[in-house]
Amino acid sequence: MSTGYTNKSVSKGVDWITVWLYVALVCIGVICIFMAEYNPATFNATSFFKGNTNYSKQILFFGICIVVATFIVLSDSKLYPAFANLLYVFGIILMLSVFVLGKDINGSKSWIPLGGGFNLQPAEMCKIFVALALAKFLSQLNMDFRKLQSQAIACAIALAPAALSVLQHETGLALVYLSFFIVMYREGLPGIILIIGFSFGALVVATLLVEKNLLAIILTVIAALLVFIFRRQIFVRKRWNVLILIISVWVFCVGIQRFAVPYIFNDVFACYQSQRIYSAVGMDYDCSQNKHALEKEESGKSVTKPDDYNVRQSKIAIGSGGFLGKGFLKGTQTRGRYVPEQSTDFIFTSLSEAFGFVGCFIFLGLYFLLLYRIIHIAERQRSAFSRVYAYCVASILFFHITVNVCMTIGLFPVIGIPLPMVSYGGSSLLTFTILIFIMIRLDADRQMVLR
Amino acid sequence: MPIYNQSRNRIIQVIFALVFLLIIFQLLNLQIFSSEYKLQAENNAIYRKVIYPDRGIIYDRHGKAILENTIMYDLMVTPSEARGIDTATLCNILGIDTAEYKKRIISAIIKNSRYKPSVFEPLISDEAYARLNEDMYKFPGFSITERPVRAYPFHAAANVLGYLGEVDKNFLKNHASEGYDQGDYAGMTGLERSYEKVLMGQRGVKRYIRDNKNRIQGPYNNGLYDTAAIAGRNLYTSLDIDLQVLAEKLLQNKIGSVVAINPKTGGILAMATAPSYDPTMLTGSQRRKNFGRLVLDTARPLLNRALKGQYPPGSTYKPLSALIALDEGIITPSYGYPCAGAYYACGRPVKCTEHWIGHSKDLRTAIAWSCNSYFCNIFRMIVDNPKYKNPRLGYLAWKQYMNAFGYGTDLHPDIPGEYDGNIPDTSGYNRDFGGPRWNSCNIVTLGIGQDRMLATPLQMANAMCIIANKGYYYTPHFVDSIENETIADTQFVGRYRFKHVALGHISDSAFKIVQLGMNDVSVIGTARGAQIDGIDICAKTGTAQNPHGKDHSLFVAFAPMQDPKIAICVVVENAGFGATWAAPIASIIMEKYLKDSLSAKSQANVDRISKADLIPAVIKHWYFKQDSIKQAKQAQIINADAAPVFQNNLETKPIQFDPEAEPNRKDNNDTNAIKTKQDMQLPDNKNIRKPNKQ
Repeated sequence: MSTGYTNKSVSKGVDWITVWLYVALVCIGVICIFMAEYNPATFNATSFFKGNTNYSKQILFFGICIVVATFIVLSDSKLYPAFANLLYVFGIILMLSVFVLGKDINGSKSWIPLGGGFNLQPAEMCKIFVALALAKFLSQLNMDFRKLQSQAIACAIALAPAALSVLQHETGLALVYLSFFIVMYREGLPGIILIIGFSFGALVVATLLVEKNLLAIILTVIAALLVFIFRRQIFVRKRWNVLILIISVWVFCVGIQRFAVPYIFNDVFACYQSQRIYSAVGMDYDCSQNKHALEKEESGKSVTKPDDYNVRQSKIAIGSGGFLGKGFLKGTQTRGRYVPEQSTDFIFTSLSEAFGFVGCFIFLGLYFLLLYRIIHIAERQRSAFSRVYAYCVASILFFHITVNVCMTIGLFPVIGIPLPMVSYGGSSLLTFTILIFIMIRLDADRQMVLR
Repeated sequence: MPIYNQSRNRIIQVIFALVFLLIIFQLLNLQIFSSEYKLQAENNAIYRKVIYPDRGIIYDRHGKAILENTIMYDLMVTPSEARGIDTATLCNILGIDTAEYKKRIISAIIKNSRYKPSVFEPLISDEAYARLNEDMYKFPGFSITERPVRAYPFHAAANVLGYLGEVDKNFLKNHASEGYDQGDYAGMTGLERSYEKVLMGQRGVKRYIRDNKNRIQGPYNNGLYDTAAIAGRNLYTSLDIDLQVLAEKLLQNKIGSVVAINPKTGGILAMATAPSYDPTMLTGSQRRKNFGRLVLDTARPLLNRALKGQYPPGSTYKPLSALIALDEGIITPSYGYPCAGAYYACGRPVKCTEHWIGHSKDLRTAIAWSCNSYFCNIFRMIVDNPKYKNPRLGYLAWKQYMNAFGYGTDLHPDIPGEYDGNIPDTSGYNRDFGGPRWNSCNIVTLGIGQDRMLATPLQMANAMCIIANKGYYYTPHFVDSIENETIADTQFVGRYRFKHVALGHISDSAFKIVQLGMNDVSVIGTARGAQIDGIDICAKTGTAQNPHGKDHSLFVAFAPMQDPKIAICVVVENAGFGATWAAPIASIIMEKYLKDSLSAKSQANVDRISKADLIPAVIKHWYFKQDSIKQAKQAQIINADAAPVFQNNLETKPIQFDPEAEPNRKDNNDTNAIKTKQDMQLPDNKNIRKPNKQ
């Protein structure tokens, strides 16, 4: 084959809109990291290529990602369904190996040192493998996802790495695996599960916000109302199981509200974790109730009350951006390094301080376009494998974007998950690159049926 | 694959859209609808640095700077940057050891965090400054910063010039729009306070961006909003610093005050008060400590007795009485009174120091010999003047005269804090005598400047100006002119260029005869010791009885009689006769001013007077007690094995002594430093610490 022909056949079917959106977001990311790191005293033109600053490293990672992406686009689509299960096993093994080889970075033991200063976070990579495995599983010919058994297996595939991740003290990354429920919902998981999930979340938030006796009364009133509404069914038609259901749900809710939530916040979570969650709903957590804090105090260490410094500074940075922002490199919060972790988890603040509401709107617009484009891609697939995989990509991206942005604007507790393609970090950038480009590869062959 | 799931992609899209809307809504809320974040970001990141201009300089009448600025240097350290430095050299230059070095670094970190510069050694010596400057490259993290400090080249006129102090809440409230900030310094007393607006200049503000550790990142917006500092303007005063220094020297070891005024302009030539303090004590790093000590000092060195000391004027009042009587037409210069040693007309006799017949044969001699009977009598005649219906009205007429002479009223000189003395009102007497039943006899001692009459040295000096000028005066003041005078300044200083002629109706002949009488005081009368060769001086002594102890020694004068150039008032508390202490002090000062030099006799007098110790025993006892307390404390410190750290190791060397030469001494490992301190505080040591020279 001539090279010209190769190029044409390779680029044929590639969804260039997604590719350009991806490139745009990575470039914005490099600019944001540059703004966060910029130091007029040491900056000169060569700083971009020296490799001692985060933005130059990110450019290097981008270069690596381009190579990897090219390889993926050049590869054969059939590889992915073929190796999906194998890769999943490999991913789980990697996750397990962390317990042996793991290196402690920022308090989470979830990294494998690769040498040369580079580290790999398997929990991050594992998202790809779970996406592939889930796609593989759901695209089986004899698949009937209405069966409880299949649903349970799918959940297990998605949640196994999450469990391992929790054991590695990477709760944030574990939460990401919840995003696979969106995919499963698309593939037929009963909607009631999502509704129950949301209701559960609402109950927990309500527990934090509302005084506990008042909430118990409200719940009892709701239960009583339900019994009143269904009185005919229960008492006339003698359907006692409805009554039992209502009562057991009521007992469950009150139990969560009165015992489970206080137990988790006071005895399971560390003080700072509880404080983060409380401050996300605008409340203040009293650390004197916390078991870990008390233990620490007893052992003679002073307990400093954790405060919401990160979120406060992050909100100040975003809020002070105003409508049009302060301008490129003129953000005082950014220049003064007031926002911790600004080039990784809080990279959104750098952008919103410099470019204001307009900048944020355009930036989120790009993400929104990307997500809709991926859903569009997903829906045009002939093969279930590609569709499920594309939905996985959309869900993961959506979850990352939502949690990360909400965390910086104070709508979600601070958990360290990166903003896709924008946050500084090779591991994360590479993961999203592979994730997206496998999808692009599969999409290029959308006429094929892959299993 | 199940077809019904198709619709779910819409639901998912809707969920995505809703979440994005939620985010956009919160962004709108943060970025557009709430303004607090912008403010918080500014508070965070913009550092307003106030640039202090140099304060104005104060000059004396010869153009000598008596209050100026100098730059002193502080050695600063930023602990986080102070790594790998040549500690040995640095310690050597500063004369400290490495343990002290480490201690200071640690305290700097505790005080100011390791990222911010803190003072390592304040106000370093010139020599250390020179050596440090040379070797600064060896000490990364260290820097030398300038600190402007007020300097007093003559170490004099502390209470006139005043001191700077940190502004308090009240001050900030009262001067809200004048650009003061917490921690700023402003003039608290004296000229520094009155002319604060002139002296302070205009502050500049520079804005910097700072980071989360308070390090300066660079100018904010390239200095677009910065304002430059404008230096304070200078003051040109009438003070004669040589005279001031001389006056302060003469008042050493005494309690009292000297005020000398140029009667032609009202410009104050010297205003000394004792005890006083060295004004440099209240600048620099020891300010707080010294201030505490001065405030607690029972002799009150911070009190400007020239303005706030209220004394019975005693006989110094008599020339005024004579003028009033002459102007009211009650007496003629030839009026005489037969005094034989006391005034008996009001029952209880008022004693007179002179007994020989003829010392009060007319007004001129009565002034010369300061006859008490004579002046009791004419005071009664003033009050009982038939022109007025009753003694109360006569008294009020007298009071009006006195107020016109500046007694019992505020003079408003240009340093704050004056008291107005006391010329009692009739209401006071009405109350005390049970209604308007009192007569001239009840208050007869007012006639000799006693009773309830009180005046400040400034008022007495000012009254001398009036007599010297034959009827007019300018309000006593220090500042003659201000550099680049503005309209506002002219309004302020204008009061001191206004000629007060309230007593212009008193005839020149009346003034003439009183002046002659006062001249006689120094020629034949009570103050012969105050004579100056070749100059006619007009003077009046005063010996004021007071409830505090021995009589106050007072002396007022002006000279030369023909063309008065200086009017003076000297008060020495509890020193006895006016002629003994106050008169020679005044004489020396006038001689110095008029002749610009002192005769050998006067020079000897200066030494004698400045060495004389007239501080009352009560106050001496207080000092003694203070020293004992300090000694007790010192002993405790030594017991606690925490003797003060001296920077110079030589001082704490154990004493080497020869047991044969000093058989009574035991080797108790005493150190020199502690020993010297003890020496100073031994109770039997009569060498009392002087409050004004420390």
